[in-house]
Amino acid sequence: MMVNIDRNRSTHRLKVEGEMTIVNAIEMKNALLDGLKDCSEVEVDLSNVSDFDTAGLQLLLLLKLTAQKLKKGFRIVAQSESTMRAIKLFQMEEEL
Amino acid sequence: MEMESARKTFLTEAAELLEEMEGALLSLEGSVDNKELINVLFRSAHTIKGSAGLIGLDRVMHFTHKVENVLERLRQNELYVSDELIGIMLKCKDHIAALVQLSCNADEELPVDMLTEGELLHDRLAPYLETAINIAPANPAPEECSKAPCYPEPVQDTPPSTGASNWHLSLRFGKDVLRDGMDPLSFINYLSRYGDITCLTTLYNNLPDAEEMDPESCYLSFEVSFHSDFSKQEIEDVFEFVRESSVIRIIPPHSAVQTYVSLIDELKEDKWKLGDILVKSGAITQRELDEALKKQQIQPSDEKPYLGDILIKEGIVKREVVEAALDKQGKLRGKTSAEEGKTIRVDAVKLDSLINLVGELVIASGGIRQHAQTVKDGTLSKSSMLMSRLVNDIRDIAMKMRMVPIAATFNRFQRLVHDTSKDLGKNIELAIKGGETELDRTMIEKITDPLTHIVRNSVDHGIESPDVREAAGKPPKGTITLDAYHDSGSIIIAVTDDGRGLNAEKIWQKALRRGMVDPDKRPHDRELYNLIFEPGFSTNEEVTNLSGRGVGMDVVRRNIEMMRGFVQINTVEGKSTQILIHLPLTLSIIDGFMVGISGAFYIIPLDMVVKCFILNEETQRLAGDRGYFDFRGKIIPYINLSSVFNGNGGGRHSDNMVVVQYAGQSVAFAVDRLYGDVQVVIKSLGKMYKDLQGISGATILGDGTVAMILDVPGIIKTVQTSGKKE
Repeated sequence: MMVNIDRNRSTHRLKVEGEMTIVNAIEMKNALLDGLKDCSEVEVDLSNVSDFDTAGLQLLLLLKLTAQKLKKGFRIVAQSESTMRAIKLFQMEEEL
Repeated sequence: MEMESARKTFLTEAAELLEEMEGALLSLEGSVDNKELINVLFRSAHTIKGSAGLIGLDRVMHFTHKVENVLERLRQNELYVSDELIGIMLKCKDHIAALVQLSCNADEELPVDMLTEGELLHDRLAPYLETAINIAPANPAPEECSKAPCYPEPVQDTPPSTGASNWHLSLRFGKDVLRDGMDPLSFINYLSRYGDITCLTTLYNNLPDAEEMDPESCYLSFEVSFHSDFSKQEIEDVFEFVRESSVIRIIPPHSAVQTYVSLIDELKEDKWKLGDILVKSGAITQRELDEALKKQQIQPSDEKPYLGDILIKEGIVKREVVEAALDKQGKLRGKTSAEEGKTIRVDAVKLDSLINLVGELVIASGGIRQHAQTVKDGTLSKSSMLMSRLVNDIRDIAMKMRMVPIAATFNRFQRLVHDTSKDLGKNIELAIKGGETELDRTMIEKITDPLTHIVRNSVDHGIESPDVREAAGKPPKGTITLDAYHDSGSIIIAVTDDGRGLNAEKIWQKALRRGMVDPDKRPHDRELYNLIFEPGFSTNEEVTNLSGRGVGMDVVRRNIEMMRGFVQINTVEGKSTQILIHLPLTLSIIDGFMVGISGAFYIIPLDMVVKCFILNEETQRLAGDRGYFDFRGKIIPYINLSSVFNGNGGGRHSDNMVVVQYAGQSVAFAVDRLYGDVQVVIKSLGKMYKDLQGISGATILGDGTVAMILDVPGIIKTVQTSGKKE
């Protein structure tokens, strides 16, 4: 399982395991959007993300934008070293 | 596969850069104005590091990075050039070269000695890095360094780094870059090694709704504000791999505008196309120019916009810069440029196969020409003549393509002389002349070894130590001169030193001791000098680690003779020694003069033929009896070739004479028939016949007959030695 969804009433906690890159982007997209269903808020836990690239960042953005469109909450609650490094390089700390 | 070719390119590129580095390091020694040299060094190291990083040669990248850091400190005047530092840097350069070779050829672990060498060098570099580590951990940020107090940079040299000197980069990555295995993240990461990313904005307004979004496409674009001292081209090169699929705009910092304007003003090139002027000054890159030209092309012809306007409108370049370029263009228009110094890189193997084919073509066209002469068909003769001429031209051009200037080979000796003279406590300067003289590529490869031996000998035996030189009234600094020039159908490479010269007496004594000469007959000094080329001969009393073991000079002579060349020595005792290497112009195709001897065909290299004529019977008999012959008032040896090659000599006397000359020696050959000049492709005879006397090779004539190529130098030598015996 790439994304563990911890369903806690209205809040879903999505914990991503392993890489979040172009390699598994299609599956990752479906898994993340799945996690958005039937809740009012998502918390994303990236602390177990091993590899993270531009495709991964795009998916995070997509998740956030889609959540906003559906008036749902979006929050990143934990990061791994690789996601932190990439987000810092893209200077997206404020955006995500 | 892609990676393979990238590595290959990197190998050649790195080799050139390393050579540049070495050259710069050597000229750095003792130079006063060294700013430019340090820049060259830094750029070379930086490019190697960058390219190695891009293709994943981490070992090369890490080591070069350390070297680069030291160079960066030199550049920022935090360090000063010292002989010791240059020595270490030279070693580092060697180490990088070895690393590059190893990493490109195999992915295996490094051999232990390489690892220890790397660590050793690292330790030696450490003291030069110390302060840099205090300032900034890994890559000293340019801003911090430029603030260093000891930075008396003149204003006009480079614009001072201020906030206004930021580049602006617009990166619109193509949709497919992710699919193609390229990650914008790594490009930005890589870009940050070229300078400071002061601000980066990730634009994601192209990101579609969830249903339409293809997670494997790239929707992001970036606006980057970037601080860097690198040129536009260098920055653009970062994005080389996505250039095709993406739109990359690089807008130079405002302060650079002034630099471009003054650069344009200083351009010395006689090109006068606006685009070229702008590219040359670095204001735009070749890619930007190509794109703008394309845009210009697609407009209808009556309202074609000016190139300059397109470039300004696209925001690629500032109006001021275009105006300066136009101004320059106006000044240059008067002169027209004839030469376009464009070069392409061609695989040497391809060139070799071209030469081989041209060789076959020469043979085939020879066949047609011969046939046309036999059937006596006028039209065929005429067109075959034309074809022969064209084939001749192709041959000449093909041979020229393999010609390489010898400068690169000569320059390699700077290092050798530098290192060995230092080891021996001598002070020697290497002067290079005639570097533009061109030699066949294969010959250049083969000449390097012999030249190394000769130069080493000069350093070791030729030039005296400084105190000895001063005592002899010479300047303490010795000079070795390398020179190359053309001389009547051959190339001469001269190695001259102003050292102690050869001592004929010493050589004579040594030869006596070794029993190499007849003690009763002391030959002329000139011949004594040639003894140093005999195996196992050395006049040096002590054996050093450089030379003196008596191996080397005989190898030199053998190698050169294998190229159909020879060595000559001129020396003045106590003053100088000059070693002249005579080499033929080419190795594989020559113009020959065909003669018939006892029904067989023989070829004499045309540039050795002085004259041919018919001898009357009387003179000929006389010459045959005496074994010599009066030619233009000079006595020259007379050889009846039919008796040389055909034991019994045959009943018929040959009455055709060919006088040949080689290295100042003339010989008259008597032959049966003269056929005239032919082009011949030299084929080696193979191992079976390698000891054959008087024949240096063979060639195939147009009709398939084999003709032997006479080894004129060999024959002359045999004549001389047999003459002495009698």
